[in-house]
Amino acid sequence: MWQALSEELGGAGLAVITVALDRSPEDARPWIEAARPTHPSLIDTRHVLADLYNIVNVPTILWIDERGRIARPNDVAFGTDTFTHITGLASARPLAALRAWVRGATPGLAPEEVRRHLVLPSEEDQLARAEFGLADWLAREGRPEAAERHFVRAGELAPHDFTIRRGSLPIRGIDPMGPRFREMLGEWTRAGRPYYRPLPDTRG
Amino acid sequence: MAPRRFTLIDDGRLLEVEEAEGLALAERARAGGRPVALDPEERAAYLGIPASERAGPLAALEAPDFTLPDLEGRPHSLAAHRGRKVLLVAYASW
Repeated sequence: MWQALSEELGGAGLAVITVALDRSPEDARPWIEAARPTHPSLIDTRHVLADLYNIVNVPTILWIDERGRIARPNDVAFGTDTFTHITGLASARPLAALRAWVRGATPGLAPEEVRRHLVLPSEEDQLARAEFGLADWLAREGRPEAAERHFVRAGELAPHDFTIRRGSLPIRGIDPMGPRFREMLGEWTRAGRPYYRPLPDTRG
Repeated sequence: MAPRRFTLIDDGRLLEVEEAEGLALAERARAGGRPVALDPEERAAYLGIPASERAGPLAALEAPDFTLPDLEGRPHSLAAHRGRKVLLVAYASW
């Protein structure tokens, strides 16, 4: 779907970059090979992008303008309606907003709006990322018990960060769609906290 | 007896040092305000990036540059797309 958008809007000046926050290139490979992207389709096994942009769940999209400035901060958008019945999020409004911005029909968000919607990382968020980094290294070194302590600690420090809590499940040999995830999701949403946090104007 | 080794991971870069030095460097990094994940038993520490350092460019609405590989291992950077609008999409197989 992002490939179709890249084809549609490439001529109007849009570059699409997709980044898979996955354990290994092999985890992302089937998705990428099915999409046959002509745009950069990158692999981020160490969550470099999550650290730089304070990304706490997927999918997360950002708009970046010609001067390298953030024109729309972390937002939730799906390229298709495949999962709308689960997520409650339709793709139409975010895509319409993007098309209008790329074609110059709307200026995008004003800087003060971008700032208002930006969520900056806290000290605990960054400590959680350090714990995740250590856990990930320990796991790759074949020390799963030690890794587990730090994955758990990371999740406790940043319970809202599902790139850590859910993203670590495959590394720990746990099904990221299975009962452990459903339990995590249920506990989170029963307390009235949304799993996806789209910006107000694309919620529809 | 050879001194025991300690692995220091500084924002993703690996450094092998002696145990006492590793512990001292981790402590110094923490005192200097960096987030530090430490496992003395495993003789390893991860030095992260402080929130203030990450928040600075974001609050100034500057998109931080990055370089990441594609499936073939070719590096791509955000900065190479300066002059175009960019849609950045983070996703995962999970």
